[in-house]
Amino acid sequence: MPYPQSPFPLNFSNWRAVWYRNYLVWRKLAIPSMVGNLADPMIYLFGLGFGLGLLVGQVDGVSYIAFIAAGTVASSVMMTASFESMYSAFSRMFVQRTWEAIMHAPLNLGDIVIGEIAWAASKAVLSGIAILAVASALGYAHWPDALWVLPIIVLAGVMFASLAMIVTALAPSYDFFMFYQTLAMTPMLLLSGVFFPLSQLPAPAQAVVQVLPLPHVVALIRPVMLGQAPAQPLLHLAVIVAYTAAGVVTALLLTRRRMLR
Amino acid sequence: MLALQQVSKRYRDTLVVEGLDLTVAAGQCVGLLGPNGAGKTTTIRMLLGMTVPDTGTITLCGEPVPRRAAQARRRVGVVPQFDNLDPDFSVRENLRVFGRYFGIAPRVIESRIPDLLAFARLESKADAEVKQLSGGMRRRLTLARALINDPDVLVLDEPTTGLDPQARHLIWERLKSLLAAGKTILLTTHFMEEAERLCDVLCIIDNGRKIAEGSPQALILEQIGCDVVEIYGDGAAHCLARVEPLAERVEVRGDTLFCYVRDAAPLMAALKPLTQLRYLHRPANLEDVFLKLTGREMRD
Repeated sequence: MPYPQSPFPLNFSNWRAVWYRNYLVWRKLAIPSMVGNLADPMIYLFGLGFGLGLLVGQVDGVSYIAFIAAGTVASSVMMTASFESMYSAFSRMFVQRTWEAIMHAPLNLGDIVIGEIAWAASKAVLSGIAILAVASALGYAHWPDALWVLPIIVLAGVMFASLAMIVTALAPSYDFFMFYQTLAMTPMLLLSGVFFPLSQLPAPAQAVVQVLPLPHVVALIRPVMLGQAPAQPLLHLAVIVAYTAAGVVTALLLTRRRMLR
Repeated sequence: MLALQQVSKRYRDTLVVEGLDLTVAAGQCVGLLGPNGAGKTTTIRMLLGMTVPDTGTITLCGEPVPRRAAQARRRVGVVPQFDNLDPDFSVRENLRVFGRYFGIAPRVIESRIPDLLAFARLESKADAEVKQLSGGMRRRLTLARALINDPDVLVLDEPTTGLDPQARHLIWERLKSLLAAGKTILLTTHFMEEAERLCDVLCIIDNGRKIAEGSPQALILEQIGCDVVEIYGDGAAHCLARVEPLAERVEVRGDTLFCYVRDAAPLMAALKPLTQLRYLHRPANLEDVFLKLTGREMRD
């Protein structure tokens, strides 16, 4: 074996020290950080929701703003998890050498990567909950059905965090992240049913889009937020779980290749 | 406490470390002395389980590395070549957070922090941000951080590179106090003064191979065994013919003559009338040893 460590964490508890370190830093600047995470989806929600909503009227049986409120819960999870896993983790890994310092202690790289993914997912869940709270306050979410959103965004947070961690493992510099944003995140944002129903796309496009992870997250979150049952819950869950598993394993392998050769 | 046996590492086509044997007994200070690119940092990385050696075995604190490197690191403190302190935390918070990685109880960490701050002479900076610290202070903080888990072994990669002389002396003094307390130290350096001051045993390495081993004094005695007269200034190289019969051996490096003499008196007398030259009579040092063994200087 050409590597000194297995790609996997040493145990089930080490990652928490890494998570806690990131939490302590976040706590110092929690308010500005949250404002940053929420500003974007809020602007979309109110700008498009009211602005376009007046033009568009009802979409799939609900007001447009209720429609995109559910979509922006999902998209904010993707955005927050991805940015934390890319820019913030890259700073720690490469610029500050924080990961190197942690590996002087009895932690392995796998512990660090899982801790970072868990942290990015935590931030994503927090931003998803915040959008959900705003939507609920305005009456665009059905309770108690909307409780189902929580486990979905936890899983989606881990998924998006691990996928973005793959990009971080490969990135020579911050500029590299533009590739992921332009080629993956923006297309997903626009083609996953966040702002308009997938049924608006031509049929072949609708089929192609199903390979992406975000449409499946939206397809689970929107129905439960609007008080309906999702049409194919197991299919969507299976796709999300598959992306999560593949994302985590690939991120572990690629970070190890980068750091421990 | 630690041992490397016949360790080699190749990166692409370059043999970065070749057949290295290195042992550090408890309470010793062993130095790896060599120029940049000699393989010092790669050796440290292999020792800590950050990269796999192509051949050889490594043991650290009784554990095989890399198989049980994480367990070994419980008893080790590391001061890396380039600082990796947390810029988002204060001095105190850096110590606190690092202690948590070892699973040390928060109460125990808090109880150790005042002593560590005193050790590093950073009591007045306890709540300062890392950004506000000078290079020497950051290195002291890194040293203090490396002691949070009360390790048996300290591994330091070029601990005083980039520091001003005053900061350097303070680090040396702190390291000597740790040795007096019974800690074991492995350090790498390209400063011969550091090696001479701190190390019980030195391994001189060049291009990945160990070329000499022994205490600093023994190495100087064996390899040189006499004094040195350095001659430099206008026309130093031209007086080679005059100087050669008066010395055991003469090396010409650039525009400086290094004359190795047992009895310097005749040579010094011959140089006195040559007022345009400057010369210096000194004991032999590790630079001379390195020069003799490799034909090159070890640049500071």
